[in-house]
Amino acid sequence: MLAHIIRRILLLIPTLLGISIIIFFMMHITPGDPAELLLGERATEKALEALREHLGLNEPLHVQYGMFLKRLLRGDLGETIWTRQKVWIEVKQRFPATIELSIAAMIISTFLGIILGIVSATRQYSVFDYLSMLGALVGVSMPIFWLGLVLMLIFSLNLGWFPMSGRLSVGIELDTITNFYLLDALLTKNWAALKDALWHIALPAFTLSTIPMAIVARMTRSSMLEVLRQDYIKTAKAKGLSPGIVVLKHALRNALIPVITVIGLMFGILMAGAILTETIFAWPGVGKWLYDAVLQRDYMVIQGGTLFVAAIFVMINLVVDILYAVINPKISVH
Amino acid sequence: MITSLTRRQQPKIPEDRHPFLDQLEQLWRNKTAVAGMIVITLFVLTGLLAPVLSPHDPVDASLYDQLKPPIWEEGGRSSNLLGTDDLGRDILSRLIYGARVSLLVALATVGIGFIFGSLLGAIAGYYKGFLDNIIMRFMDILLAFPHILLAIVIMAYLGPGLRNAMIAIGIIYIPRYARIVRASVLEEHEKDYVTASKAVGSRDWRIIFVSIFPNCLAPLIVQTSLSFASAILDAAALGFLGLGAQPPTPEWGAMIAMGRSHILRAWWVMTFPGIAILLAVLGFNLFGDGLRDALDPRLRD
Repeated sequence: MLAHIIRRILLLIPTLLGISIIIFFMMHITPGDPAELLLGERATEKALEALREHLGLNEPLHVQYGMFLKRLLRGDLGETIWTRQKVWIEVKQRFPATIELSIAAMIISTFLGIILGIVSATRQYSVFDYLSMLGALVGVSMPIFWLGLVLMLIFSLNLGWFPMSGRLSVGIELDTITNFYLLDALLTKNWAALKDALWHIALPAFTLSTIPMAIVARMTRSSMLEVLRQDYIKTAKAKGLSPGIVVLKHALRNALIPVITVIGLMFGILMAGAILTETIFAWPGVGKWLYDAVLQRDYMVIQGGTLFVAAIFVMINLVVDILYAVINPKISVH
Repeated sequence: MITSLTRRQQPKIPEDRHPFLDQLEQLWRNKTAVAGMIVITLFVLTGLLAPVLSPHDPVDASLYDQLKPPIWEEGGRSSNLLGTDDLGRDILSRLIYGARVSLLVALATVGIGFIFGSLLGAIAGYYKGFLDNIIMRFMDILLAFPHILLAIVIMAYLGPGLRNAMIAIGIIYIPRYARIVRASVLEEHEKDYVTASKAVGSRDWRIIFVSIFPNCLAPLIVQTSLSFASAILDAAALGFLGLGAQPPTPEWGAMIAMGRSHILRAWWVMTFPGIAILLAVLGFNLFGDGLRDALDPRLRD
């Protein structure tokens, strides 16, 4: 097991290198002067020359890549074009907002998805089963940016139940410690801020949760159906245990193993969905920040932000993989 | 009398049916697949017959007809069944032409993914070893980017536009095809007919594409239907973000983006394109699900 984990961690290195190579070369296959791309069209010739010198743009490509990698290893992602701030600092400011939103979406989708899946499996071919599986299919077929707008139209604009955008209302004070607003509000026992933050996160989190929820529901249902056919379930039922206990204690435990991998892989879907959801609800996270950078053609942010998100994504996948091997002893680790 | 008796007792010879016919029958009996097929047919016909079906020119702006509501709302009129947008263009006509744009994007992106992915996957699976390692590691790296993020980043460098959106989305579909084809080729490679084909001296490309490839089609067809669904969604997302189709192209995602600024005054501008996307994508997803059940019983859920 330990050997497997170490091997997987070592395999991370070539993947991360590959990501950096792709991002580096994307900059260079685009027509035009990279220095001008990075500094924007209004940059002076002097600034351009200074940046070329700094990034080694006058050197051959492999030397440039070496320099790029060296800066990365020092944790230097460069400076943004518009705010002239370290990209790293901007990422750090925005990342908690994205993670907070993703975790909220994940909790909603896992919880509701598993419940829907269990009920559908125990009532296979019932009206509920058909409706929830059709709902799941509609859920994965829906453009989430559109769903977000529709929810906003109904629940914010027409009913006024939820705020339209942002993480906190103007005028609500909150001392930020971790930048996870919900956590900060809990830590400082600031109940007004907690309620406000929950109100703000509800719509975007629900929007983001629909696709994963549909996937989890379908996965739980099919894996539950398979487990319910097993002999040990029949034995448990024959012993006279109540159906509820059989489902929840005996079946669910085994049925959840494949579901866990899906939940882990959901982070990719959530990260991708976050770009759209954050843009619609003006949620100040990494997704909206990257999108704004694309619109403003801030290539330093695009480069650094993408690298950061991809690296996090790869590492989450690794953790899921290892956890999966730990949970499921049937998986051969060799 | 004797002859008739023997004839009756003769065991029925099993029909020599091609497995493909069985699968087709399975597909036909699958309600999900048939429902999907109907939606897809309607979608494709709408796209093909757009000039005939649409009541107005999709890009014809008319300043006097801005934001007219659909016919059943107060102030709606029969000339614009689903209302008009902020430039007075007929929404129904734009939706119909939008089917054409979506169809085109889906065909192009899935085509890119299918062709390059299958090629790379076949090479990796057939030659194994070093080439396999290089190709599949590269695919892993492409998969290391969260889905649409990679497309958005590629768009940032290529610049906005429908053609670039097709390229960007096409690229992110390459790895999934490469993986499927590689797995199938690896599996088929060990079978006798491949050995036989090698023994008679067939060239590698012939073995790969004439002998092996047809046997890998089942999972590829399923993947293609599901990819059509996600290609439509991804193209709409890029269009919504302003990176895909540019105005005045009637593209569903871009239409939603336009409607967003009039969300309170004119709900219909952003609502109908969303429903159109939902239906088209649902059609391909239903069909893909049904296909999977019919073609590959192992994948049944």
